[in-house]
Amino acid sequence: MPVVMDADRIGRTLTRIAHEILERNKGIDDLALVGVRTRGVPIARRIARSLKEITGHDIPTGALDITLYRDDLMRQQVGPQPLVRRTEIAFSIDNRKILLVDDVLYTGRTTRAALDALIDFGRPKNIQLIVLVDRGHRELPIKADYVGKNLPTSPEESVQVHLQESDGRDEVVLEGGAA
Amino acid sequence: MTVEQLATSALTALRHKHLLSTADLSPEEITLVLDTAEAMKEVGARPIKKVPALRGKTVVNLFFEPSTRTRTSFEIAEKRLSADTLNIAIATSSVVKGETLADTALTLEAMSPDMIVIRHSSSGAPYLLSRICRSAIINAGDGMHEHPTQALLDAYTIRERKKRLSGLKVAIIGDLLHSRVLRSNVHLLTTMGAEVWVCGPPTLVPADIRRLGVTVTHVIDDAVREADVVMLLRIQLERMEGAFFPSLREYFAVFGMTEARLRLAKPDVMIMHPGPMNRGVEIASEVADGPYSVILDQVANGVAVRMAVLYLLAGGAAHEDAA
Repeated sequence: MPVVMDADRIGRTLTRIAHEILERNKGIDDLALVGVRTRGVPIARRIARSLKEITGHDIPTGALDITLYRDDLMRQQVGPQPLVRRTEIAFSIDNRKILLVDDVLYTGRTTRAALDALIDFGRPKNIQLIVLVDRGHRELPIKADYVGKNLPTSPEESVQVHLQESDGRDEVVLEGGAA
Repeated sequence: MTVEQLATSALTALRHKHLLSTADLSPEEITLVLDTAEAMKEVGARPIKKVPALRGKTVVNLFFEPSTRTRTSFEIAEKRLSADTLNIAIATSSVVKGETLADTALTLEAMSPDMIVIRHSSSGAPYLLSRICRSAIINAGDGMHEHPTQALLDAYTIRERKKRLSGLKVAIIGDLLHSRVLRSNVHLLTTMGAEVWVCGPPTLVPADIRRLGVTVTHVIDDAVREADVVMLLRIQLERMEGAFFPSLREYFAVFGMTEARLRLAKPDVMIMHPGPMNRGVEIASEVADGPYSVILDQVANGVAVRMAVLYLLAGGAAHEDAA
């Protein structure tokens, strides 16, 4: 199981992304972070912390659960439903620049669901996509604005992101495949 | 800040295809429904109170008894999940022309709905449907038997305030004999480890109620003393054939929930009532409208809990009932 990112690398990557956010948006005006459950949420909080260290300002941060917007719900005749968790967006997204955060970008289907869910909350000025790992194999026309690491993978492999907050350690691991 | 919670619910699906009785639910299943309802409640607070989860699913609301809050609550829940809903009210259906329940059900079944929500004055009507229909059946109240979604929303309302169900003293007072809310609540609350007391005049206490693991008393002060939750049940005059107590005034004097009696309960007691209320019979107006009352929260939470049930049942059963 090759470790493709260790704790230091993840830390440096998120700090770099925070600087990129400030550069592209020319500051933090109207910015808000929304993490996609589950691991997008702690990543969003860490980016918010970096932004605060750099600028001294708090950035509103929320959590989005996309389960009810999934395109594979009800596709099987019989089967257990995916677990629904709370969405917590305690601010208006109208006219804000929303930084949508997820751990891994793969088919793009989760991002599609997240975009639909966000639009139901209001009309943001724009939505920018942040991912820790982009592993390719898109099935929808979706592209990330900020990428922690581009990781070429085969569809048989699986990318596992472990974070201190949920898994007790920071690590990105590539599992399975022909190797 | 909220702590990131991962995998709080051990289960991700209900074991049964239908929701007929709270006696069929394990503690884990009840927790799954209540956790899912928490997420659903947030949907109701959004500017656009609708999610696409049940798009393309058809739900029939089959109500053989008058109902305002349960029927509208189910209908709002179905619409918030984007299901197509069909309301069949008894007064306008073929039942008045003499059709039997089974024939009505089979006719509806031929239109292949995914779920049927049924309320009927006969205990067991939802069971009959579950045997002859392929759709998932949700019991929205059957005679004097059960009303599972009411018990689930009561449990949700209690858990929201008290953060737990186990170890709480819950006093259920009123017309125990005719109450389907009582049976569903007793099964659910005892499953979750609450200490349930029931209280009413001897004529309105079902004979075998002790077998369900509750403490029975005819002295309201004993039931209310140190209670965390006091739940009043409506005196169901429409179901009473005969004299169960001398007069409504006398009932109120002996079993009515008053502010004076409320002082015996814990300082943070919650007052609940499944509605509709008979003010001045089972509950004094000052209590119903007072600061301890969560009666309107119950109504609001009903939509979220019913969304959770509809969502969880729409996927089908986890294993044993899977056809």
